[in-house]
Amino acid sequence: MQTPPAVVLHNVHKSFGLTKIIQGVSLEIPCGQRHAIIGPNGAGKTTLFNMISGLVAPSSGAIELNGRPIHNRAPHEINRMGLSRSFQTTSLFHRLSVFENVRCALLWSRGYRYSIWHPLWRQHELNGAAERLLDRLHLRGRRDIAAGLLSYAEQRALEIGITIAGGADVILLDEPTAGMNRNEADHAVALIRQVTEGKTLIMVEHDMNVVFDLADMVTVLVYGRIVASDVPARVRADPQVQEAYLGSRVA
Amino acid sequence: MTTVVRWAGNIAGDPGIRTAARRYWPYVALLAFTIVLPWLFYDWSKARHAGFVVSLLSQMGLMIIFALSFNMQMGEAGLLSFGHAIYLGLGGYVTIHVINAVRLGQFWLPMELMPLVGGLSGLMFSIVFGYMVTKRRGTAYAMITLGLGELVTAAAVMFNGFFGGEGGITANRILKTSLLALSYGPGIQVYYLIVAWTAICVLAMLLLTQVPLGRMANACRDNFERAQFVGYDPRMVRFYQCALSGFFAGIAGALYAIDYEIVTFDAVSAILSGNALLMTFIGGVGVFWGPIVGAVLITLLQSWMSLISNAWLIYVAVLFIVMVIYAPGGVAGLIMAHVPIWRAGRLSALAVPYLRILPPALVGVAGFAGLVELTYFVTIGSGQGKTLNVFHLGINASSPAPWLLASGLFALGTAIALSQRRAFTTAWDELAEHMRMKERG
Repeated sequence: MQTPPAVVLHNVHKSFGLTKIIQGVSLEIPCGQRHAIIGPNGAGKTTLFNMISGLVAPSSGAIELNGRPIHNRAPHEINRMGLSRSFQTTSLFHRLSVFENVRCALLWSRGYRYSIWHPLWRQHELNGAAERLLDRLHLRGRRDIAAGLLSYAEQRALEIGITIAGGADVILLDEPTAGMNRNEADHAVALIRQVTEGKTLIMVEHDMNVVFDLADMVTVLVYGRIVASDVPARVRADPQVQEAYLGSRVA
Repeated sequence: MTTVVRWAGNIAGDPGIRTAARRYWPYVALLAFTIVLPWLFYDWSKARHAGFVVSLLSQMGLMIIFALSFNMQMGEAGLLSFGHAIYLGLGGYVTIHVINAVRLGQFWLPMELMPLVGGLSGLMFSIVFGYMVTKRRGTAYAMITLGLGELVTAAAVMFNGFFGGEGGITANRILKTSLLALSYGPGIQVYYLIVAWTAICVLAMLLLTQVPLGRMANACRDNFERAQFVGYDPRMVRFYQCALSGFFAGIAGALYAIDYEIVTFDAVSAILSGNALLMTFIGGVGVFWGPIVGAVLITLLQSWMSLISNAWLIYVAVLFIVMVIYAPGGVAGLIMAHVPIWRAGRLSALAVPYLRILPPALVGVAGFAGLVELTYFVTIGSGQGKTLNVFHLGINASSPAPWLLASGLFALGTAIALSQRRAFTTAWDELAEHMRMKERG
């Protein structure tokens, strides 16, 4: 049997009151693809992310994850089915240490659930996994600092770490390099490439260098509609896309 | 803020027995101290315990459990409850009925295990009520718990069969069912029962901060949205945490019933719920042992201050307001802020700034106390034909002199203290900066 696509959207609509944010988006993202969603501000990219991850329900249409419908499930259920996301504005457990942030992100996938019988300091395998992840994020030296006190770039790295920690095979990253300088963005791209190896990656991104560097496919969203969805080279050449979005940016 | 991390972060990894001993010796020392404490007030000439001290200490013990259980919601999970006393009170009511039943010989239960009755009934009620209130968080949670508290208080006055109406339910705690062959008639025996259960509960609640549920309660407190995307249902985290907190509050309730031998609707009232909040905030929400400090402090203030001054409630209220404004981390937060400075051996650098701010502040406090006492005396005390005595000196409250003196002290002390505040924070910040530089090498 053929494996179903990682994420499928069937004619998804979303309105807030009278404002139509998403107007009939259909998209199929196969397993293992790195898929970038681009578009001008207000195009509905983050709303699309929020619907896929369960934070808001679509007004109509269907969303599937690995062939199973998810459009009326709660975020934590969708997460347990193998989808994880990051946030555009950094979203950490800011009063907990960097180590605790990573460890919290590992707990559910390792079957601890709501346990009150497992003293955390004795979970050697869990703690080892958390330490290894810190190494991969280059945050070992910041282990015991409150996450809220990290520098911006470090917080973004931790954000990615928390997102991938649970081993989800579909990763949604919402503007992972927003607000970074060139050097920091390059590091972030290298990190993303490394930690999403073999996974399906869907990302919203404004930095075209990052998009064309990372993505296998690019979808252009304008006013809640897909105007193009193709490999990066052809999207870049598409006159309609240039007019709608890229023209003003990559000129 | 950093104190929380120090607490939560350092425990990560295997601490080993030696580090564990180093970390927890204050708790062991405290336990030893509480065992010895009543004997320091023992009247050897009459060969009996100081009843006031023993009952005060007993009250402290059960309030420690109560405040810590409140902080399982407040500090650990970020849930502000205005109705926490219902779990204590209902646990107390069930326990007092069970004590009466055991006394009548309806069934057998040793006194030593009686607190479990309160705990399990607290747990049962916190599962039922908690399932409703934990549907929401934040302000809505606070509102629902407030309503629930009022509901249970109203029920306690209305349903006489279980609650005994205004008079409450009384019991005689001498049961002859002790495993240790104790009668639990004398207060000192009850005190040691309370010490034992307080130690058990403190240890259990400490361990509960170091398990997956406790850590995810912290995580949901910080960012419930993010917690959803690491697989947790924040609502269930709230529910379990709330249920467990009700269990411990119920144990406090059972000890309350055993200690006082009476449970009235006071035990479920908003006043007692407010007390939990007061103790926890004055002690400190961000550090595990904060509520312990708060429970000791507030119990002391309530019993001892109320002997000295009739206006003691005003002092407690002002203390609460001042703490929340100037030291939101409570007493424990203040102490923890000094620990790194003390470790670096730089505490002496704060001596001068403290000397410049504390004495005028104390003068201001004295002036404030003078004004409060004078006002209280004029409005109530003098009508009862009393004389106002300060240090055995009779004071004529109708003459302007004491009023002028008190206002002068209050205004002057406060003004000087406030003028020194900037210098103090500058000194503090310089010290912090200096230590940060040193840490980086």
